[in-house]
Amino acid sequence: MEIAFVIEKFILVVIIFAISLLIAMYSTYAERKVAAFLQDRLGPDRAGPFGILQPLADGVKMFMKEEIVPANSNKWLFMVGPGLAMLTACIGTAVIPWGSEITIGGKVVPLQVTDINVGILYIFGVVSLGVYGVMIGGWASNNKYSLLSAIRAASQNISYEIAMGLSIIALLLVTNTMSLKEIVEQQHGWHWNVLYQPLGFIIFMVCAFAETNRAPFDLPECETELIGGYHTEYSSMKLGFYLFAEYINMFVSSAVMATLYFGGYNYPGMDWVLANTGAVIGPLIGTAVFFAKIFAFIFFFMWVRWTIPRFRYDQLMHLGWKGLIPLAIANIIITGVVIAVIEKF
Amino acid sequence: MEPLTNKKKVLEQKPLSLAERMYLPAIAKGLSVTISHLFKKEATIRYPEQQREFSTNFRGMHSLKRDEEGRERCTACGLCALSCPAEAITMIAGERKQEEKHLYREEKYASVYEINMLRCIFCGLCEEACPKEAIYLDGPIVPADYLRKDFIYGKDKLVEQPLNKNK
Repeated sequence: MEIAFVIEKFILVVIIFAISLLIAMYSTYAERKVAAFLQDRLGPDRAGPFGILQPLADGVKMFMKEEIVPANSNKWLFMVGPGLAMLTACIGTAVIPWGSEITIGGKVVPLQVTDINVGILYIFGVVSLGVYGVMIGGWASNNKYSLLSAIRAASQNISYEIAMGLSIIALLLVTNTMSLKEIVEQQHGWHWNVLYQPLGFIIFMVCAFAETNRAPFDLPECETELIGGYHTEYSSMKLGFYLFAEYINMFVSSAVMATLYFGGYNYPGMDWVLANTGAVIGPLIGTAVFFAKIFAFIFFFMWVRWTIPRFRYDQLMHLGWKGLIPLAIANIIITGVVIAVIEKF
Repeated sequence: MEPLTNKKKVLEQKPLSLAERMYLPAIAKGLSVTISHLFKKEATIRYPEQQREFSTNFRGMHSLKRDEEGRERCTACGLCALSCPAEAITMIAGERKQEEKHLYREEKYASVYEINMLRCIFCGLCEEACPKEAIYLDGPIVPADYLRKDFIYGKDKLVEQPLNKNK
Protein backbone atom coordinates (compact mmCIF):
# COMPACT_ATOMS: atom_id res chain seq x y z
CA MET A 1 0.00 0.00 0.00
CA GLU A 2 2.78 2.32 1.01
CA ILE A 3 4.73 1.76 -2.18
CA ALA A 4 1.63 2.29 -4.32
CA PHE A 5 1.12 5.62 -2.61
CA VAL A 6 4.70 6.67 -3.36
CA ILE A 7 4.39 5.64 -7.00
CA GLU A 8 1.09 7.44 -7.39
CA LYS A 9 2.51 10.66 -5.97
CA PHE A 10 5.70 10.28 -7.98
CA ILE A 11 3.76 10.00 -11.23
CA LEU A 12 1.66 12.99 -10.28
CA VAL A 13 4.73 15.06 -9.42
CA VAL A 14 6.41 14.18 -12.70
CA ILE A 15 3.29 15.02 -14.68
CA ILE A 16 2.81 18.35 -12.94
CA PHE A 17 6.48 19.20 -13.28
CA ALA A 18 6.43 18.36 -16.98
CA ILE A 19 3.25 20.32 -17.55
CA SER A 20 4.52 23.39 -15.76
CA LEU A 21 7.79 23.30 -17.70
CA LEU A 22 5.90 22.82 -20.94
CA ILE A 23 3.58 25.68 -20.18
CA ALA A 24 6.49 27.90 -19.19
CA MET A 25 8.20 26.96 -22.43
CA TYR A 26 5.21 27.82 -24.53
CA SER A 27 4.58 30.95 -22.48
CA THR A 28 7.72 32.39 -24.02
CA TYR A 29 6.27 31.62 -27.44
CA ALA A 30 2.82 32.90 -26.44
CA GLU A 31 4.36 36.07 -25.05
CA ARG A 32 5.98 36.85 -28.37
CA LYS A 33 2.88 35.93 -30.31
CA VAL A 34 0.59 38.00 -28.07
CA ALA A 35 3.00 40.90 -28.25
CA ALA A 36 3.02 40.62 -32.00
CA PHE A 37 -0.75 40.40 -32.36
CA LEU A 38 -1.31 43.33 -30.03
CA GLN A 39 1.10 45.35 -32.16
CA ASP A 40 -0.36 44.29 -35.54
CA ARG A 41 2.57 42.01 -36.28
CA LEU A 42 2.93 38.27 -36.91
CA GLY A 43 5.46 37.15 -34.34
CA PRO A 44 7.75 34.16 -34.73
CA ASP A 45 6.50 31.98 -37.58
CA ARG A 46 9.60 30.45 -39.15
CA ALA A 47 10.40 27.49 -36.89
CA GLY A 48 7.82 24.90 -37.79
CA PRO A 49 4.18 25.62 -38.63
CA PHE A 50 3.17 28.95 -37.05
CA GLY A 51 6.58 28.99 -35.35
CA ILE A 52 5.45 26.25 -32.97
CA LEU A 53 9.01 24.96 -32.59
CA GLN A 54 10.36 28.35 -31.60
CA PRO A 55 10.76 27.48 -27.87
CA LEU A 56 12.86 24.44 -28.84
CA ALA A 57 15.04 26.59 -31.06
CA ASP A 58 15.43 29.09 -28.23
CA GLY A 59 16.34 26.31 -25.82
CA VAL A 60 18.97 24.90 -28.16
CA LYS A 61 20.34 28.39 -28.64
CA MET A 62 20.58 28.88 -24.87
CA PHE A 63 22.46 25.61 -24.40
CA MET A 64 24.84 26.35 -27.24
CA LYS A 65 25.84 29.77 -25.94
CA GLU A 66 29.18 30.30 -24.27
CA GLU A 67 29.07 30.04 -20.51
CA ILE A 68 30.65 33.14 -19.00
CA VAL A 69 31.40 33.47 -15.29
CA PRO A 70 32.75 36.93 -14.44
CA ALA A 71 36.27 36.88 -13.01
CA ASN A 72 35.47 38.67 -9.76
CA SER A 73 32.13 37.08 -9.11
CA ASN A 74 31.34 34.80 -6.23
CA LYS A 75 31.44 31.56 -8.23
CA TRP A 76 29.42 29.43 -5.86
CA LEU A 77 26.60 31.91 -5.34
CA PHE A 78 26.70 32.77 -9.03
CA MET A 79 25.75 29.18 -9.75
CA VAL A 80 23.24 28.88 -6.93
CA GLY A 81 21.25 31.96 -7.99
CA PRO A 82 19.51 30.66 -11.12
CA GLY A 83 19.03 27.23 -9.58
CA LEU A 84 17.31 28.74 -6.58
CA ALA A 85 15.12 30.90 -8.78
CA MET A 86 14.07 27.83 -10.75
CA LEU A 87 13.54 25.68 -7.65
CA THR A 88 11.36 28.17 -5.81
CA ALA A 89 9.36 28.73 -8.97
CA CYS A 90 8.68 25.02 -9.38
CA ILE A 91 7.86 23.86 -5.84
CA GLY A 92 4.82 26.13 -5.60
CA THR A 93 2.89 23.73 -7.80
CA ALA A 94 2.93 21.03 -5.10
CA VAL A 95 -0.09 22.22 -3.12
CA ILE A 96 -2.31 23.48 -5.92
CA PRO A 97 -5.36 21.27 -6.43
CA TRP A 98 -5.39 20.61 -10.16
CA GLY A 99 -8.66 18.76 -10.03
CA SER A 100 -10.94 16.77 -7.78
CA GLU A 101 -10.47 13.05 -7.25
CA ILE A 102 -10.55 10.64 -10.14
CA THR A 103 -11.37 6.97 -9.59
CA ILE A 104 -9.24 4.46 -11.49
CA GLY A 105 -10.04 0.82 -10.84
CA GLY A 106 -11.70 1.47 -7.49
CA LYS A 107 -8.76 3.57 -6.34
CA VAL A 108 -9.38 7.24 -5.59
CA VAL A 109 -6.58 9.45 -6.86
CA PRO A 110 -6.65 13.09 -5.81
CA LEU A 111 -5.24 15.38 -8.47
CA GLN A 112 -3.13 17.25 -5.98
CA VAL A 113 0.33 16.32 -4.79
CA THR A 114 -0.32 17.19 -1.18
CA ASP A 115 -3.18 18.83 0.64
CA ILE A 116 -1.41 20.47 3.56
CA ASN A 117 -3.67 22.41 5.87
CA VAL A 118 -1.57 25.57 5.59
CA GLY A 119 -1.52 25.54 1.78
CA ILE A 120 -1.82 29.29 1.43
CA LEU A 121 1.02 29.92 3.85
CA TYR A 122 3.17 27.44 1.95
CA ILE A 123 2.49 29.22 -1.36
CA PHE A 124 3.14 32.51 0.31
CA GLY A 125 6.44 31.31 1.77
CA VAL A 126 7.61 29.84 -1.52
CA VAL A 127 6.74 33.02 -3.39
CA SER A 128 8.72 35.09 -0.89
CA LEU A 129 11.69 32.76 -1.28
CA GLY A 130 11.65 33.53 -4.99
CA VAL A 131 13.35 36.84 -4.40
CA TYR A 132 16.44 35.08 -3.02
CA GLY A 133 17.33 33.71 -6.43
CA VAL A 134 17.23 37.22 -7.82
CA MET A 135 19.13 38.72 -4.88
CA ILE A 136 21.86 36.07 -4.79
CA GLY A 137 22.33 36.27 -8.54
CA GLY A 138 22.52 40.06 -8.47
CA TRP A 139 24.93 40.07 -5.56
CA ALA A 140 27.20 37.31 -6.84
CA SER A 141 27.64 38.99 -10.23
CA ASN A 142 29.79 41.68 -8.60
CA ASN A 143 28.26 44.22 -10.95
CA LYS A 144 26.72 47.42 -9.70
CA TYR A 145 23.81 47.30 -12.10
CA SER A 146 22.98 43.76 -11.09
CA LEU A 147 23.23 44.75 -7.46
CA LEU A 148 20.99 47.78 -7.94
CA SER A 149 18.49 45.57 -9.65
CA ALA A 150 18.65 42.99 -6.88
CA ILE A 151 18.04 45.70 -4.31
CA ARG A 152 15.05 46.89 -6.28
CA ALA A 153 13.72 43.37 -6.53
CA ALA A 154 14.10 42.79 -2.82
CA SER A 155 12.45 46.02 -1.76
CA GLN A 156 9.67 45.59 -4.30
CA ASN A 157 8.88 42.06 -3.25
CA ILE A 158 8.95 42.88 0.44
CA SER A 159 6.63 45.86 -0.08
CA TYR A 160 4.12 43.94 -2.11
CA GLU A 161 4.17 40.81 0.01
CA ILE A 162 2.61 42.77 2.85
CA ALA A 163 -0.35 43.88 0.78
CA MET A 164 -0.63 40.38 -0.67
CA GLY A 165 -0.69 38.80 2.77
CA LEU A 166 -3.28 41.28 3.98
CA SER A 167 -5.53 40.59 1.02
CA ILE A 168 -5.27 36.87 1.78
CA ILE A 169 -6.30 37.49 5.40
CA ALA A 170 -9.59 38.94 4.17
CA LEU A 171 -10.03 35.86 2.02
CA LEU A 172 -9.33 33.60 5.00
CA LEU A 173 -12.05 35.39 6.94
CA VAL A 174 -14.48 34.30 4.24
CA THR A 175 -13.20 30.75 3.77
CA ASN A 176 -12.26 29.84 7.39
CA THR A 177 -9.57 27.50 6.12
CA MET A 178 -6.04 27.66 4.74
CA SER A 179 -6.19 24.41 2.84
CA LEU A 180 -6.33 25.15 -0.87
CA LYS A 181 -8.36 22.02 -1.48
CA GLU A 182 -11.10 23.11 0.93
CA ILE A 183 -11.06 26.63 -0.45
CA VAL A 184 -11.68 25.25 -3.91
CA GLU A 185 -14.41 22.88 -2.70
CA GLN A 186 -16.22 25.81 -1.08
CA GLN A 187 -16.40 27.59 -4.41
CA HIS A 188 -18.64 24.90 -5.90
CA GLY A 189 -20.38 25.85 -9.13
CA TRP A 190 -20.34 29.59 -9.49
CA HIS A 191 -19.76 30.58 -5.84
CA TRP A 192 -16.38 31.94 -6.71
CA ASN A 193 -14.54 33.96 -4.09
CA VAL A 194 -14.04 36.83 -6.49
CA LEU A 195 -17.75 37.59 -6.06
CA TYR A 196 -17.27 37.99 -2.31
CA GLN A 197 -13.80 39.51 -2.39
CA PRO A 198 -13.54 41.68 -5.53
CA LEU A 199 -11.31 44.26 -3.87
CA GLY A 200 -9.16 41.56 -2.32
CA PHE A 201 -8.79 39.96 -5.73
CA ILE A 202 -7.64 43.19 -7.36
CA ILE A 203 -5.10 43.79 -4.60
CA PHE A 204 -3.89 40.20 -4.82
CA MET A 205 -3.57 40.40 -8.57
CA VAL A 206 -1.62 43.65 -8.53
CA CYS A 207 0.70 42.14 -5.94
CA ALA A 208 1.06 38.98 -8.02
CA PHE A 209 2.18 41.13 -10.92
CA ALA A 210 4.78 42.73 -8.65
CA GLU A 211 5.90 39.41 -7.15
CA THR A 212 6.50 37.87 -10.55
CA ASN A 213 8.41 40.97 -11.72
CA ARG A 214 6.04 41.40 -14.61
CA ALA A 215 5.24 44.66 -16.32
CA PRO A 216 4.26 47.24 -15.15
CA PHE A 217 6.35 46.25 -12.11
CA ASP A 218 9.35 44.87 -13.97
CA LEU A 219 11.73 47.37 -12.40
CA PRO A 220 14.33 44.74 -11.45
CA GLU A 221 14.90 43.96 -15.09
CA CYS A 222 14.30 47.25 -16.83
CA GLU A 223 16.51 47.06 -19.87
CA THR A 224 17.00 50.75 -20.36
CA GLU A 225 18.16 51.69 -16.90
CA LEU A 226 19.95 48.60 -15.64
CA ILE A 227 21.18 47.02 -18.88
CA GLY A 228 19.11 43.94 -18.33
CA GLY A 229 18.91 43.90 -14.55
CA TYR A 230 20.00 41.23 -12.11
CA HIS A 231 20.89 38.82 -14.92
CA THR A 232 23.16 41.22 -16.78
CA GLU A 233 26.23 39.05 -16.17
CA TYR A 234 24.51 35.77 -16.88
CA SER A 235 24.78 33.89 -20.10
CA SER A 236 23.86 30.55 -21.57
CA MET A 237 21.38 28.37 -19.72
CA LYS A 238 21.86 30.19 -16.42
CA LEU A 239 20.23 33.19 -18.06
CA GLY A 240 17.72 30.78 -19.51
CA PHE A 241 16.89 29.57 -16.01
CA TYR A 242 16.17 33.09 -14.80
CA LEU A 243 13.97 33.86 -17.77
CA PHE A 244 12.30 30.49 -17.46
CA ALA A 245 11.70 30.92 -13.74
CA GLU A 246 9.82 34.11 -14.48
CA TYR A 247 7.41 32.24 -16.72
CA ILE A 248 6.96 29.42 -14.24
CA ASN A 249 6.24 32.03 -11.58
CA MET A 250 3.66 33.52 -13.88
CA PHE A 251 2.07 30.11 -14.35
CA VAL A 252 2.04 29.37 -10.62
CA SER A 253 0.60 32.73 -9.66
CA SER A 254 -2.04 32.37 -12.35
CA ALA A 255 -2.88 28.98 -10.87
CA VAL A 256 -3.03 30.44 -7.36
CA MET A 257 -5.30 33.28 -8.46
CA ALA A 258 -7.57 30.85 -10.28
CA THR A 259 -7.62 28.62 -7.20
CA LEU A 260 -8.23 31.26 -4.59
CA TYR A 261 -10.58 33.60 -6.40
CA PHE A 262 -11.88 31.97 -9.57
CA GLY A 263 -13.08 28.64 -8.28
CA GLY A 264 -10.22 26.39 -9.36
CA TYR A 265 -11.73 23.44 -11.19
CA ASN A 266 -15.31 24.52 -10.43
CA TYR A 267 -17.52 25.88 -13.14
CA PRO A 268 -21.25 26.59 -13.50
CA GLY A 269 -23.14 23.46 -14.43
CA MET A 270 -20.43 21.12 -13.15
CA ASP A 271 -22.89 18.88 -11.28
CA TRP A 272 -24.76 18.04 -14.47
CA VAL A 273 -21.49 17.38 -16.32
CA LEU A 274 -20.12 15.26 -13.47
CA ALA A 275 -23.29 13.18 -13.32
CA ASN A 276 -23.18 12.51 -17.05
CA THR A 277 -19.51 11.86 -17.73
CA GLY A 278 -18.35 9.47 -15.04
CA ALA A 279 -15.64 9.41 -12.41
CA VAL A 280 -12.63 9.89 -14.66
CA ILE A 281 -13.71 12.15 -17.51
CA GLY A 282 -15.79 14.44 -15.28
CA PRO A 283 -12.98 15.54 -12.96
CA LEU A 284 -10.63 15.82 -15.93
CA ILE A 285 -13.06 18.26 -17.55
CA GLY A 286 -12.81 20.24 -14.32
CA THR A 287 -9.01 20.17 -14.66
CA ALA A 288 -9.33 21.40 -18.24
CA VAL A 289 -11.52 24.25 -17.04
CA PHE A 290 -8.92 25.06 -14.40
CA PHE A 291 -6.21 25.20 -17.05
CA ALA A 292 -8.42 27.38 -19.23
CA LYS A 293 -8.66 29.82 -16.33
CA ILE A 294 -4.88 29.69 -15.88
CA PHE A 295 -4.33 30.38 -19.56
CA ALA A 296 -6.75 33.29 -19.39
CA PHE A 297 -4.72 34.73 -16.53
CA ILE A 298 -1.45 34.19 -18.38
CA PHE A 299 -2.93 35.95 -21.38
CA PHE A 300 -3.98 38.78 -19.09
CA PHE A 301 -0.42 39.01 -17.73
CA MET A 302 0.84 39.39 -21.28
CA TRP A 303 -1.92 41.71 -22.33
CA VAL A 304 -1.06 44.04 -19.44
CA ARG A 305 2.62 43.84 -20.23
CA TRP A 306 2.06 45.19 -23.72
CA THR A 307 -0.30 47.90 -22.52
CA ILE A 308 1.00 49.62 -19.43
CA PRO A 309 4.33 51.42 -19.20
CA ARG A 310 6.68 50.65 -16.34
CA PHE A 311 6.19 52.34 -12.98
CA ARG A 312 8.85 54.67 -11.70
CA TYR A 313 10.50 53.43 -8.54
CA ASP A 314 8.94 56.04 -6.26
CA GLN A 315 5.54 55.48 -7.85
CA LEU A 316 5.93 51.78 -7.19
CA MET A 317 6.66 52.35 -3.52
CA HIS A 318 3.90 54.93 -3.33
CA LEU A 319 1.38 52.52 -4.77
CA GLY A 320 2.52 49.68 -2.56
CA TRP A 321 2.75 51.38 0.80
CA LYS A 322 0.24 54.21 0.53
CA GLY A 323 -2.23 52.62 -1.85
CA LEU A 324 -2.51 48.89 -1.57
CA ILE A 325 -1.69 48.30 2.10
CA PRO A 326 -4.31 50.75 3.49
CA LEU A 327 -6.77 49.39 0.96
CA ALA A 328 -6.05 45.82 2.05
CA ILE A 329 -6.47 46.73 5.72
CA ALA A 330 -9.76 48.46 4.93
CA ASN A 331 -10.81 45.34 3.08
CA ILE A 332 -10.09 43.20 6.14
CA ILE A 333 -12.10 45.50 8.38
CA ILE A 334 -15.07 45.66 6.01
CA THR A 335 -15.02 41.90 5.50
CA GLY A 336 -14.78 41.29 9.25
CA VAL A 337 -17.64 43.66 10.03
CA VAL A 338 -19.88 42.17 7.37
CA ILE A 339 -19.19 38.62 8.56
CA ALA A 340 -19.84 39.62 12.16
CA VAL A 341 -23.11 41.30 11.20
CA ILE A 342 -24.24 38.27 9.17
CA GLU A 343 -23.43 35.88 11.99
CA LYS A 344 -25.19 38.09 14.53
CA PHE A 345 -28.46 38.28 12.60
CA MET B 1 6.59 87.75 -28.02
CA GLU B 2 3.37 87.58 -29.96
CA PRO B 3 2.67 83.94 -30.89
CA LEU B 4 2.89 83.29 -34.62
CA THR B 5 0.13 80.73 -34.61
CA ASN B 6 -2.84 80.06 -32.43
CA LYS B 7 -1.76 76.46 -31.85
CA LYS B 8 -0.13 77.20 -28.53
CA LYS B 9 -1.92 75.54 -25.67
CA VAL B 10 -1.04 76.24 -22.08
CA LEU B 11 -1.20 73.10 -20.00
CA GLU B 12 -2.09 73.53 -16.41
CA GLN B 13 -0.99 70.84 -14.03
CA LYS B 14 -3.92 69.85 -11.95
CA PRO B 15 -3.56 67.42 -9.06
CA LEU B 16 -4.77 63.95 -10.03
CA SER B 17 -8.39 63.20 -9.34
CA LEU B 18 -9.36 60.10 -7.37
CA ALA B 19 -10.16 58.13 -10.51
CA GLU B 20 -6.78 59.04 -11.95
CA ARG B 21 -4.96 58.13 -8.79
CA MET B 22 -6.61 54.72 -8.78
CA TYR B 23 -5.02 54.03 -12.20
CA LEU B 24 -7.68 51.39 -12.89
CA PRO B 25 -9.97 53.37 -15.25
CA ALA B 26 -6.99 54.45 -17.31
CA ILE B 27 -5.64 50.90 -17.31
CA ALA B 28 -8.99 49.55 -18.49
CA LYS B 29 -9.01 52.12 -21.26
CA GLY B 30 -5.49 51.17 -22.29
CA LEU B 31 -6.34 47.48 -22.24
CA SER B 32 -9.33 48.09 -24.49
CA VAL B 33 -7.08 49.91 -26.95
CA THR B 34 -4.54 47.10 -27.10
CA ILE B 35 -7.13 44.32 -27.31
CA SER B 36 -8.72 46.06 -30.28
CA HIS B 37 -5.41 45.60 -32.09
CA LEU B 38 -5.66 41.87 -31.59
CA PHE B 39 -8.36 41.80 -34.23
CA LYS B 40 -6.71 44.12 -36.70
CA LYS B 41 -4.99 42.89 -39.80
CA GLU B 42 -1.25 42.65 -39.34
CA ALA B 43 0.90 44.95 -41.42
CA THR B 44 3.66 42.38 -41.89
CA ILE B 45 4.66 41.16 -45.33
CA ARG B 46 6.35 37.74 -45.14
CA TYR B 47 9.24 38.92 -47.24
CA PRO B 48 10.83 36.07 -49.14
CA GLU B 49 7.46 34.48 -49.91
CA GLN B 50 5.47 37.66 -50.38
CA GLN B 51 6.88 40.77 -51.90
CA ARG B 52 5.65 44.28 -51.70
CA GLU B 53 4.94 45.75 -55.11
CA PHE B 54 7.56 48.24 -56.20
CA SER B 55 6.53 51.73 -57.16
CA THR B 56 6.89 52.55 -60.85
CA ASN B 57 9.96 54.69 -60.32
CA PHE B 58 11.74 52.18 -58.08
CA ARG B 59 15.41 51.79 -58.96
CA GLY B 60 16.63 48.25 -58.41
CA MET B 61 19.14 45.99 -60.11
CA HIS B 62 20.45 47.10 -63.47
CA SER B 63 19.68 45.33 -66.67
CA LEU B 64 21.42 45.74 -70.01
CA LYS B 65 18.75 45.91 -72.69
CA ARG B 66 18.45 44.32 -76.09
CA ASP B 67 16.81 45.82 -79.13
CA GLU B 68 13.84 44.47 -81.08
CA GLU B 69 15.98 41.87 -82.81
CA GLY B 70 17.54 40.67 -79.61
CA ARG B 71 20.89 42.40 -80.11
CA GLU B 72 22.65 44.08 -77.21
CA ARG B 73 22.13 47.80 -77.31
CA CYS B 74 25.27 48.75 -75.39
CA THR B 75 28.02 50.20 -77.50
CA ALA B 76 30.55 50.59 -74.73
CA CYS B 77 30.77 54.35 -75.05
CA GLY B 78 31.60 54.59 -71.35
CA LEU B 79 29.21 57.43 -70.56
CA CYS B 80 27.55 55.43 -67.81
CA ALA B 81 30.92 54.71 -66.16
CA LEU B 82 31.81 58.38 -66.53
CA SER B 83 28.56 59.57 -65.03
CA CYS B 84 28.62 57.11 -62.18
CA PRO B 85 29.29 59.08 -58.95
CA ALA B 86 30.21 55.90 -57.09
CA GLU B 87 32.53 54.62 -59.83
CA ALA B 88 30.81 51.30 -59.76
CA ILE B 89 30.85 50.55 -63.49
CA THR B 90 33.82 49.23 -65.44
CA MET B 91 33.81 48.03 -69.01
CA ILE B 92 36.11 46.86 -71.71
CA ALA B 93 35.12 47.58 -75.28
CA GLY B 94 35.42 45.02 -78.02
CA GLU B 95 35.05 45.20 -81.82
CA ARG B 96 32.20 43.34 -83.37
CA LYS B 97 33.19 40.57 -85.79
CA GLN B 98 31.30 39.99 -89.01
CA GLU B 99 29.62 36.86 -87.72
CA GLU B 100 28.49 38.56 -84.50
CA LYS B 101 26.15 40.95 -86.24
CA HIS B 102 23.10 39.29 -84.80
CA LEU B 103 24.50 39.70 -81.27
CA TYR B 104 25.47 43.36 -81.05
CA ARG B 105 23.74 46.30 -82.61
CA GLU B 106 26.76 48.56 -83.16
CA GLU B 107 30.28 47.86 -84.40
CA LYS B 108 31.63 48.35 -80.91
CA TYR B 109 30.28 46.48 -77.92
CA ALA B 110 31.13 45.84 -74.28
CA SER B 111 33.08 42.63 -74.07
CA VAL B 112 33.25 43.03 -70.29
CA TYR B 113 30.69 45.04 -68.39
CA GLU B 114 30.82 44.92 -64.60
CA ILE B 115 28.89 46.75 -61.93
CA ASN B 116 30.03 46.54 -58.33
CA MET B 117 26.75 46.36 -56.45
CA LEU B 118 28.43 47.27 -53.17
CA ARG B 119 29.58 50.57 -54.66
CA CYS B 120 26.42 51.34 -56.61
CA ILE B 121 24.15 53.83 -54.92
CA PHE B 122 21.23 53.27 -57.32
CA CYS B 123 21.08 56.93 -58.25
CA GLY B 124 20.05 56.19 -61.82
CA LEU B 125 22.56 58.55 -63.44
CA CYS B 126 23.81 55.76 -65.69
CA GLU B 127 20.41 55.25 -67.24
CA GLU B 128 20.12 59.00 -67.73
CA ALA B 129 23.55 59.19 -69.32
CA CYS B 130 23.08 56.28 -71.71
CA PRO B 131 22.55 57.51 -75.28
CA LYS B 132 21.52 54.06 -76.50
CA GLU B 133 18.83 53.32 -73.91
CA ALA B 134 20.87 50.28 -73.00
CA ILE B 135 20.84 50.32 -69.21
CA TYR B 136 17.89 50.59 -66.88
CA LEU B 137 17.57 50.09 -63.13
CA ASP B 138 14.32 48.20 -63.47
CA GLY B 139 15.20 44.97 -61.66
CA PRO B 140 14.42 43.70 -58.18
CA ILE B 141 16.40 44.30 -55.00
CA VAL B 142 19.99 43.12 -55.28
CA PRO B 143 20.16 39.93 -53.18
CA ALA B 144 22.48 39.48 -50.22
CA ASP B 145 25.64 37.44 -50.53
CA TYR B 146 28.61 36.33 -48.47
CA LEU B 147 31.69 37.43 -50.40
CA ARG B 148 32.62 40.80 -51.81
CA LYS B 149 33.65 39.32 -55.13
CA ASP B 150 30.17 37.95 -55.62
CA PHE B 151 28.74 41.44 -55.66
CA ILE B 152 30.57 42.35 -58.85
CA TYR B 153 27.93 41.55 -61.44
CA GLY B 154 29.12 40.78 -64.93
CA LYS B 155 27.24 40.54 -68.19
CA ASP B 156 25.98 37.09 -67.28
CA LYS B 157 23.77 38.62 -64.61
CA LEU B 158 23.12 42.02 -66.15
CA VAL B 159 22.15 41.41 -69.76
CA GLU B 160 18.48 40.69 -70.06
CA GLN B 161 17.33 37.40 -71.46
CA PRO B 162 16.77 37.24 -75.24
CA LEU B 163 13.15 37.70 -76.20
CA ASN B 164 13.01 34.33 -77.88
CA LYS B 165 15.58 31.84 -76.77
CA ASN B 166 15.00 29.42 -79.67
CA LYS B 167 16.08 31.91 -82.28
